[in-house]
Amino acid sequence: MNWFKYSSPQAFYPLAGKLIPWFAAAALGLMGVGLYLGFFVAPTDFQQGESYRIIFVHVPAAWMSMFLYVLMALWAGLGLGLHARASFMMTQAIAPTGALFTFLALLTGAMWGKPTWGAWWVWDARLTSELILLFQYIGLILLRASIDDVRRADRASAVFALVGVVNVPIIYFSVKWWNTLHQGASVSMTASPKMATTMVTAMLVMTLGFWMYSIAVTLARMRCVIVERARQPSWGTQAPAQDVAEVRECSGGV
Amino acid sequence: MSQPSLSEALRGVVRRDLLLAMRHRSDVAMSVFFVVIVASLFPLGVGPESAVLRMIGPGVLWVTALLACLLSLGRLFTADYLDGVLEQTALIPQPLAVLVLGKVFAHWVISGLPVVLLSPLLGLQFGLSGETLGVLTLSLLLGTPTLSMIGAIGAALTLGLRGSGLLVALLVLPLFVPVLIFGAGAVTSSLAGIGSEANLSLLGACFMLSLAFAPWATAVALRIALE
Amino acid sequence: MQWGSLTEFFAMGGYGLYVWTSFGATALCLVGEVLAVWRRHAAALAQTRAVASGGD
Repeated sequence: MNWFKYSSPQAFYPLAGKLIPWFAAAALGLMGVGLYLGFFVAPTDFQQGESYRIIFVHVPAAWMSMFLYVLMALWAGLGLGLHARASFMMTQAIAPTGALFTFLALLTGAMWGKPTWGAWWVWDARLTSELILLFQYIGLILLRASIDDVRRADRASAVFALVGVVNVPIIYFSVKWWNTLHQGASVSMTASPKMATTMVTAMLVMTLGFWMYSIAVTLARMRCVIVERARQPSWGTQAPAQDVAEVRECSGGV
Repeated sequence: MSQPSLSEALRGVVRRDLLLAMRHRSDVAMSVFFVVIVASLFPLGVGPESAVLRMIGPGVLWVTALLACLLSLGRLFTADYLDGVLEQTALIPQPLAVLVLGKVFAHWVISGLPVVLLSPLLGLQFGLSGETLGVLTLSLLLGTPTLSMIGAIGAALTLGLRGSGLLVALLVLPLFVPVLIFGAGAVTSSLAGIGSEANLSLLGACFMLSLAFAPWATAVALRIALE
Repeated sequence: MQWGSLTEFFAMGGYGLYVWTSFGATALCLVGEVLAVWRRHAAALAQTRAVASGGD
């Protein structure tokens, strides 16, 4: 009877269920406004023409991929420090969304690079760090998937997340350094002139929208993890039928 | 108390691992021959043009050293894990991170040092000469211990898992990137005549950074795996 | 507003392919993720129900 209330994931489950619709609505609203600003208010860039409008997804996706990695590492550190199960579940819930945004940042980066630089891919510091970030997200997800024991999976992936958070800035710096050595290959990405205020606003609104989206999806995935783990033998008791009904009730608005 | 001191325990771990390695000398020979064979395949694939070989040489030799380190990571903890020695080691009152450092050092002597010693010969295959050969050896001497220390984290995280050989590659290779960039960069800049000091110093910084953090992270990962 | 007509809007000054691929792929990925999480949640609940009704 009391498995639903005896630890914080159980108290978290219905709360997350109530919060998700709000964050989802905020995400939709902000993305709508951001797209409107990006396509109808922001002026045409006189150097890049209309292709620059890709930055309204590219830059927010790239920012999110890094924010989410840092956030995930913070939860991982908290989990290791406080032995808090909910923190590890948070790490598990964030990783796929972070990987998705990293993938989107790379894809839209290629879409922007082709018309702007004439190449789908250049070994620029930002693109390379983003690629390595994707590898780390994938490694993290695969590491978790290949450990059957939940406790070990939680803590091992937390250690890897923390090691990775040190690695990414080093990679950014090292590739920047490396590009000064191989001057032929380097392409300046910071050459763009001052951006119009409306462009910056549209980018920031899109980023906020992506934030709200990430929170909504992470909370929803957290609920999946809670239900999945409630089945694990390590939880001791199986879910009694009436609690399952309660779980169902709470699951109305994923 | 007649507890062994920290340095005695460290020396004990190193001596034991080296002795064990001397009983399986073919293991040591394998990683050396792996490097020789892979490095010899590149000219056969790319063509014998000496300008091209000189250009790709630093990168090829560094990637080869990196792969050799990766392949030998499986030996770092697995045998001790399977026969229970690792569990006993974790109970020793001395800090596990220091004992880990001893094991990593022994692992480097077995798998990294032979590659370092052999590197001038391999460099000749790619038309490197004189000072550049020296820089190649020096960069590998600084870089391969770093690789072993970083790799140990991955080896500890994947200890005893199914398919751990591939998984450890996925986890560790992204972490090897800075070392590869600075190491190969040192040799390339020496080839270009710009001086390799800056790259070598950065390689040294990577070494110090991993010396400070990697054994500790490895010890944490080992305790997680042993639970 | 800077678009004379709908065709002009979709052409994006000749960069339509790049711009719409980017935005389309992003929309597709986000919608796909939401659906995947939804299905995962439903599957997890269904399995818990099955265990609870068949187990004890």
